[in-house]
Amino acid sequence: MEIKLVFLWTDMLIYLLLLSAIGFAVYSIRFEHLRSPWRQVAHNRLAMVAGFVLFCYIIIGLCDSIHFQERAADEKGQIVKDSQGGIIYKPDVLSVLDILVTSIRENTEDSYSAPLATHSYSMKNITLPDGKQIRTYAKLKYEGKHLFGTDKVGMDVFYRALKGIRTGIVIGTLTTLIMLPFAIMTGIMAGYFKGWVDDLIQYIYTTLSSIPGVLLIASAILMLQVYMDTHADRFENIIIRADTRLFFLCVILGVSSWTGLCRILRGETLKLMEMEYVQASMALGVGHFKILLKHIIPNIMHIVLISVVLDFSGLVLAEAVLSYVGVGVDPTMESWGNMINAARLELAREPIVWWNLAAAFILMFGLVLSANLFADAVRDAFDPRLRTK
Amino acid sequence: MHTYIIRRILYAIPILIGINIITFILFFVINTPDQMARLHLGMKRVTPEAIEKWKEDHNYHLPIFWNGSESGIKKITQTIFYQKSAGLFIFRFGKSDEGRDIAHEITQRMWPSLAIAIPTFIIGLMVNITVSLFIAFVRGSYLDMVTMIWCVIIMSISGLFYIIGGQFLFGKILNLVPISGYDSGISVFKFVVLPVLIGVIGGIGSGVRWYRTIFLEEIGKDYIRTARAKGLTETRVLFKHALKNALIPILTGVVVVIPQLFMGSLVMEAFFGIPGLGSYTIDAIRSQDFGIVRAMVFLGAMLYIIGLILTDICYSWVDPRIRFE
Amino acid sequence: MKMNNDPLLSVKDLRTCFRTTNGLARAVDGISFDIPAGKTLALVGESGCGKSVTALSIMRLIQEPAGYIAGDRIIFQGQDLLKLSKRKMREIRGNRISMIFQEPMTSLNPVMTIGEQIMEVIQLHRGLSKKEALGLAVEMLNQVKIPDPAIRISEYPHQLSGGMKQRVMIAIALSCEPDLLIADEPTTSLDVTVQAQILMLMKELQQKEGTAILLITHDIAVVYEVADYITVMYAGRAIEQAKRSRFFRHACHPYTTRLFESLPSMDKRNEQLSTIPGRVPDPTRYPEGCRFADRCHLAFDRCNKEDPKMRFIEKGHSIACHLENAPAISTATATITRKTEGRATYTSSPLVSVKDLKIYYPIRKGLLKSIVGHVKAVDGIDISIGQGETLALVGESGCGKTTMGRGILRLIDITCGTIHFNNIDIMHISGSKLRRLRKDMQIMFQDPYGSLNPRMMVNQIISEGLISQGIGGNKKERDNIVKELMDQVGLDPGMIHRYPHEFSGGQRQRIGIARFLAVKPKFVVCDEVTSALDVSVQAQILNLLKTLQQREDLSYLFITHNLSVVTYIADLVAVMYLGKIVERGTIREVFDTPGHPYTQALLAASPCIGEDGRKKIFLEGEVPSPVNPPEGCHFHPRCPKVMPGCRKVYPGQYSLSETHSTRCWLYE
Ligand code: SF4
Ligand code: SF4
Repeated sequence: MEIKLVFLWTDMLIYLLLLSAIGFAVYSIRFEHLRSPWRQVAHNRLAMVAGFVLFCYIIIGLCDSIHFQERAADEKGQIVKDSQGGIIYKPDVLSVLDILVTSIRENTEDSYSAPLATHSYSMKNITLPDGKQIRTYAKLKYEGKHLFGTDKVGMDVFYRALKGIRTGIVIGTLTTLIMLPFAIMTGIMAGYFKGWVDDLIQYIYTTLSSIPGVLLIASAILMLQVYMDTHADRFENIIIRADTRLFFLCVILGVSSWTGLCRILRGETLKLMEMEYVQASMALGVGHFKILLKHIIPNIMHIVLISVVLDFSGLVLAEAVLSYVGVGVDPTMESWGNMINAARLELAREPIVWWNLAAAFILMFGLVLSANLFADAVRDAFDPRLRTK
Repeated sequence: MHTYIIRRILYAIPILIGINIITFILFFVINTPDQMARLHLGMKRVTPEAIEKWKEDHNYHLPIFWNGSESGIKKITQTIFYQKSAGLFIFRFGKSDEGRDIAHEITQRMWPSLAIAIPTFIIGLMVNITVSLFIAFVRGSYLDMVTMIWCVIIMSISGLFYIIGGQFLFGKILNLVPISGYDSGISVFKFVVLPVLIGVIGGIGSGVRWYRTIFLEEIGKDYIRTARAKGLTETRVLFKHALKNALIPILTGVVVVIPQLFMGSLVMEAFFGIPGLGSYTIDAIRSQDFGIVRAMVFLGAMLYIIGLILTDICYSWVDPRIRFE
Repeated sequence: MKMNNDPLLSVKDLRTCFRTTNGLARAVDGISFDIPAGKTLALVGESGCGKSVTALSIMRLIQEPAGYIAGDRIIFQGQDLLKLSKRKMREIRGNRISMIFQEPMTSLNPVMTIGEQIMEVIQLHRGLSKKEALGLAVEMLNQVKIPDPAIRISEYPHQLSGGMKQRVMIAIALSCEPDLLIADEPTTSLDVTVQAQILMLMKELQQKEGTAILLITHDIAVVYEVADYITVMYAGRAIEQAKRSRFFRHACHPYTTRLFESLPSMDKRNEQLSTIPGRVPDPTRYPEGCRFADRCHLAFDRCNKEDPKMRFIEKGHSIACHLENAPAISTATATITRKTEGRATYTSSPLVSVKDLKIYYPIRKGLLKSIVGHVKAVDGIDISIGQGETLALVGESGCGKTTMGRGILRLIDITCGTIHFNNIDIMHISGSKLRRLRKDMQIMFQDPYGSLNPRMMVNQIISEGLISQGIGGNKKERDNIVKELMDQVGLDPGMIHRYPHEFSGGQRQRIGIARFLAVKPKFVVCDEVTSALDVSVQAQILNLLKTLQQREDLSYLFITHNLSVVTYIADLVAVMYLGKIVERGTIREVFDTPGHPYTQALLAASPCIGEDGRKKIFLEGEVPSPVNPPEGCHFHPRCPKVMPGCRKVYPGQYSLSETHSTRCWLYE
């Protein structure tokens, strides 16, 4: 089967992030002060369980971040070519995850069915083989195979919830990745150079942080929406459109969460500047850049790490709320926020359809809870203030 | 002290100007007035005349920053920037797309928002402090551990689930309160109680954890040892000495959100159909009414800055170390 | 008056343990002592020997469940404190036994007024009404000599100076007229002149009220001044106990004698100080035999096998040592005299010469933060230091000596003045030129923990200067230099890949020394380098600094508040008070014939062994804030010899000899 890889913005960034995480891990191994807190995390059983769950989520997310298109084929399996003999690909973009769970993905029903049900959820007119029409609960095509039932159009809910993992993880991690270099640079600069640099940076972050986060995001996303509507030609297909929106959502979330970290790092740098070892290396004639590199950055790294892991779960939760408000990910994108949003109406049905909500709830809760537990362990291990106790 | 507060207020001015510029760029520069007009008039099938008319109606026909065709001060005032920005400072927010006066709407919708936000805030604060103080008292025990695990669990559930679950349980199954809606007068109570309850429960996890850390930090300090050496009971040490000191970071931490209570909660109000500022904003976002969104951005930022100033005042008021500087 | 001979407090085989990740730490491991009513027992020892834990155990303030008291008895007025219920114990705490702590700054509740904090304990234990309690609180403040007690009572702790806070702590402790006062390092964080005041106050109140005192301290000189009985602690145990009169003449445990010998003083100037090698054993792993064995210079076979028990060698004098005739301290070593020769060399052209150095910090106030004045941290100072000389800069906290040290090296901005180093004007060079010059001028710090980057390995720390100054080729060659340096400062060169936290305080200071030695400087500012160290370790560092000075012909600017260290190491001394040098001269001149009233008071206030008949000069008050120093002579509000003219104009410099000068109107 011939395929064409599709490189989405967020895919590439996710793998860039993965690379830098591996890079950081390699770097950590060389330094005892980074290694020993990790050892402490490893000794915490709860944290390790949480870490394992997190790891599974991440693997799923990564599988879902390799996209490609298959070559188009007609019903007989013959490869189709366009009039000039060029290759035509199927319009839908698939991911590795889609292939791994093909059976779930393709086992679609006609409409709603309850989790593990054998018969459809609502009565339907069906024609019996003898031509009689009866109104009954039809037998499902894939009896008892739908862990979380199926949705309105008969799609497997578990599959949809799985697809939501990537969205959650992308938002939780890319946001941090985007804002991190910026926050570190400005925070350190403000604390190190003081004076007008400090004043300017402080002004910028006070201004940005004074705009209520949701509104800033809403405004930016609305504007992006208008831009995309008026420049529809630049976005080939829905996937790219949704991906661009996801990317910008991360950027905007980054802008609004950048300020907190910047403020903390500024304070910490100011404190470090007073440390005697910084004074000693100034007395040794060490240059600014070296001091920043050897004395300041290694001593704030743990704060950066703590804030990255602590922010993650908050961002995953934020995605749901933003999608509900209508300024989150693209409505066509699979995400827990969109699932919850859709589930609101289903709850009002009689009898109620609850499994969409339940699936989103369970997967989201699993991710956020394990992220929180893991983050706690990381913070306890890396925060020297707690360690002295 | 007074000069300090005045200076803080003066410092707020450049920040408000900055916010103004940011929102202006967001709303008027990224997309040109033509594009806005198209969007509102319904995309492709519009005549240039219609666009011009729309721009005329909404004051979008002027140049953005600098009007060369006018003279004197009008070079600045006859621009979109001036027309759309200057008014914000005196709470002239203009009209919404539906033609209503935004400022008037805000004053109307403020009250329902406050009816939810204030009780949530106060009850939440009291519950959190009480629980965390109790937890600090039994620190290190089994109970402490179990409570902390529950806190993490509570924190890990999206607020949306609390709302949906709460509505389902109390509104639909138990039928105790109406699922949504709002009323004036005393009957407002039955509409308010569920959102408040949900708000409090949703905030308990992170609140208790945060306050517990503060209490434990205080308990580790030297003056607590002195208090114990005096022969005071553990309860007195905790409630008199530790609580009084812990209240400083707690108070200063929460004061900043007080002014923002006016803004209401987007999601809560939308779910419960409360005609407050939160649902106002959300409706505006959904109907892409930029006038309202921009007004709310400015209002929110201003309230935040007021919160910061209040924090400073409050800090110097509760902490004698600053009060007597 | 009780007529029986039972001691007020009798601690028997007390053991207190802490559960740690490394195992059970036996912080206090079987200590016994008695305190007779109305007397003072001093518990002496170096840090980590279990002194404070002993005190907290008596109060039963050990934090459970991490720590617990394992045995055996603490008999106070006939009842065993360890058997009392929690409620009964609370009735004793603050009432019959009270305690004051080392850090007056943090020991008072910052958000309660002084009055509330005193009244709280009075109301609790004496059951007085609020009004009566208030009256008594004012009375207590009066007793601890706080001026205007009626006003002070409604003030908050931060409005008081450090000494005042400690007085308030004493007022709280004594307000229920306890039978026993436990004072845990009560004067360690205070200046000497204030320390003298507080010790004096404690003594006076003890005489008046008949309170017994358990004084915990690391400073043998303080013990000499106030104690009746002395117990020396080591590794969780008592190793020597004696009456004061006997102790200071016949103390004979090898550890005690070594402690005495490691005290710096003027008559040891020309010799190396005795030191105690190694470190206190880890409380989770005590050795089997004598706990001091691996550091003891007199250890023999039996010491490693058998644990020495406390035994009497004379009535009222017991030691825990196997030696039959342990040599006692010689009177000479036990005495810190200040009356011997001091070397004083003067080179004609000084290495460092500072003229009229001023370092001001602006005070900003008002709406626009306009500058309304300056804190004159350093206010017109001239000094010069010759090659191979040591100039000591002494003074109490806040006098500007640390600012001065950093200013000379241009680590902070200087307001005006000139600094010449090796005849180069370093005020007017900057950038890379200044950076290159830094090779010759180095600094060493007080805090053994804050002065080394916890994220760097020892070789990185020491080679930092090599790299920045372009010394010593590639990494391998640099590592060799580092190893050599470590060897020179007495560190095992095999430890170059260790991190700072794996070293003890003294070893960390050695790393600090190696760091500056790496660039082969000519001049080093030593900023309170031994203040955070125990005496035995202090002696090691002083020895090392002195050896290096002789070998490398180094010049030191030695900043310290410890006068006995000054007499040992310095050639010249300058006394600072509020940004100005009030007296300068050779060691002999300044210590034998101090001219300035402040110097005289400082010398009189610092506790001293063996000078019983010394006339004490008690200074009133504390160093005022440098924000608005007193008009005229800054010292006049505290000066016992103040004259009317002193309040108007700051005195000029008057020479007492070629090298000795002072700034005081007395010498006009
Ligand atoms: S018992 Fe032995 S090792 Fe211990 S102090 Fe005495 S002589 Fe030294
Ligand atoms: S000048 Fe006057 S006040 Fe100052 S030290 Fe001399 S005698 Fe005392």
